[in-house]
Amino acid sequence: MKVRQISIFLENRSGRLAGVLRAVANSGVNIRALSLADTSDFGILRLIVDDVDRCVNGLRDTGHTVSLTEVLAVEIPDQPGGLAGVLEKLSAANLNVEYMYAFVCRATEKAMVVFRFEAIDEAIVALQKAGISIVPAEKVYTL
Amino acid sequence: MFNPQDEARPIPELRNLQGERLRALVARAYANVPFYRAKLEAHGVAPEDIRGIDDIVKLPFTVKGEFREQYPFGMFAAPMAEIVRIHASSGTTGKPTVVGYTKADIDNWAECAARSLACGGATAEDIVQIAYGYGLFTGGLGMHYGAERLGAAALPMSAGNTEKQIMLMQDFGVTVLCCTPSYALQIAEVAEQMGVDLKKLPLKCGLFGAEPWTEAMRRHIEDLLPLKALDIYGLSEVAGPGVANECLEQHGLHVFEDHFYPEIIDPETGEPLPDGEEGELVFTGLTKEGVPLIRYRTRDLTMIYADGPCPCGRTGRRIARLTGRTDDMLIVRGINIFPSQVEDVLVSIEGVKPQYLIVVDRQGNLDTMEIKVEISEELFSDEVKKLEGLRDKIQHQIRVMLNISAKITLVEPKTIERSLGKAKRVQDLRKLTGQKGVES
Repeated sequence: MKVRQISIFLENRSGRLAGVLRAVANSGVNIRALSLADTSDFGILRLIVDDVDRCVNGLRDTGHTVSLTEVLAVEIPDQPGGLAGVLEKLSAANLNVEYMYAFVCRATEKAMVVFRFEAIDEAIVALQKAGISIVPAEKVYTL
Repeated sequence: MFNPQDEARPIPELRNLQGERLRALVARAYANVPFYRAKLEAHGVAPEDIRGIDDIVKLPFTVKGEFREQYPFGMFAAPMAEIVRIHASSGTTGKPTVVGYTKADIDNWAECAARSLACGGATAEDIVQIAYGYGLFTGGLGMHYGAERLGAAALPMSAGNTEKQIMLMQDFGVTVLCCTPSYALQIAEVAEQMGVDLKKLPLKCGLFGAEPWTEAMRRHIEDLLPLKALDIYGLSEVAGPGVANECLEQHGLHVFEDHFYPEIIDPETGEPLPDGEEGELVFTGLTKEGVPLIRYRTRDLTMIYADGPCPCGRTGRRIARLTGRTDDMLIVRGINIFPSQVEDVLVSIEGVKPQYLIVVDRQGNLDTMEIKVEISEELFSDEVKKLEGLRDKIQHQIRVMLNISAKITLVEPKTIERSLGKAKRVQDLRKLTGQKGVES
């Protein structure tokens, strides 16, 4: 159920993001979700793709700095208050979210939120207890 | 020891030999090089004033600029019929400095390069991988002739094509590596990517030089490669690599004083300094025929150790690891900074690789210093706060150790220009606006 997310270091220079995405494209991998964290000096691009290993190899071969992180994808009703409700439950369970990003899934008409937790295993237990459905990794990769 | 008679010569005998050789050198230069004749006359010194090595202080200094003005062959004391090789230094500004070697010059240089290899314990049994550039630069050919003189097998790789270097290092069972210290680190980096465990190779020593490096970098290299990392010194004007080399004591570089006479001077006043005091290194090439060299100011800062004889038995005095150059010392907001200090700080932080570039600029009237540091996969995190924490830690350490605040920029791996020859560590943009500044 843990989803493998690829993070890539980006210098804050024009053309860097395009370069990374070209490398992803050349490895023949399709992006399922992404988010970009940026500071004044550098950025971190986070990707969920359909073929993690191929993507990582393609990026490393082209000289990019890559790390793999485990995240959780959670399905949320695509309606007002959907995300707020989930976050309240996480807060009640004392779970720290490092960062998160959301996207809407056409197939299920539901919203999908990717969470990076400090303590992923505790998060899984807490989410299950709270009745929040965690999307299996395979399903996320093939969305 | 390759040549115990010359390397362990008793000091009084050595000084006599140096005196004799200096007399002959000055006579040769005066007779054959109009530049030296004019200089000695202007200085009021005649060749007969030189009777022993102590008279060397009567002679005027030679500086790089003068060498360059004599481009191409103005410094040559021997006719082209006797010159068998020409090297030229990598002039970053203007014309290069050109050095011609006679057969005897090449022989003496090969002898000193062989002594250098023997300083690291190399013998005729060894395979010496020479990953210094071959060409006008003296590194490759200098070590090549030294290896052959020693009777070892020279493997003339030149710099670059790192994967092939590693393949042959592994397949041939290379035991001695000669390259720049930053290239040694690059070899280690690429070997790791290739999945080659260098620790399993039969390497025993490495002679690293042609750029300033630090004790921290030595430890880093010795961590990654199963060898004793030794410092070698040389410059084309004096000969090339093999002017001085560390022995296995790793405490200073023995100067091969029967050929190269070292002095330390105050760079401001030109006054000779006693052993034990730091200043600018000056060399006289006692046996040189092609290009006689009298009191050449190297612009390298170091000192001659005054702590007694070396346990290895060599009597040539030892110069300390170079702390910097009179011309690559940066003055930023009135603070003297050497790139080697920045490097020391970086290497002391866990996981940081010493790949960096110092960029100095001026905004308004204020100098700014930026240090670009390459990120590595082991340091990279998907969390912004961790990367910012790393950046802040580097900044803090620089402030504590160097007393200056610098902007730290994390950059992508392999984006800082790699050295096949010498690493570029400083970019001084101040001089573009007419301000005083230097580039190394």
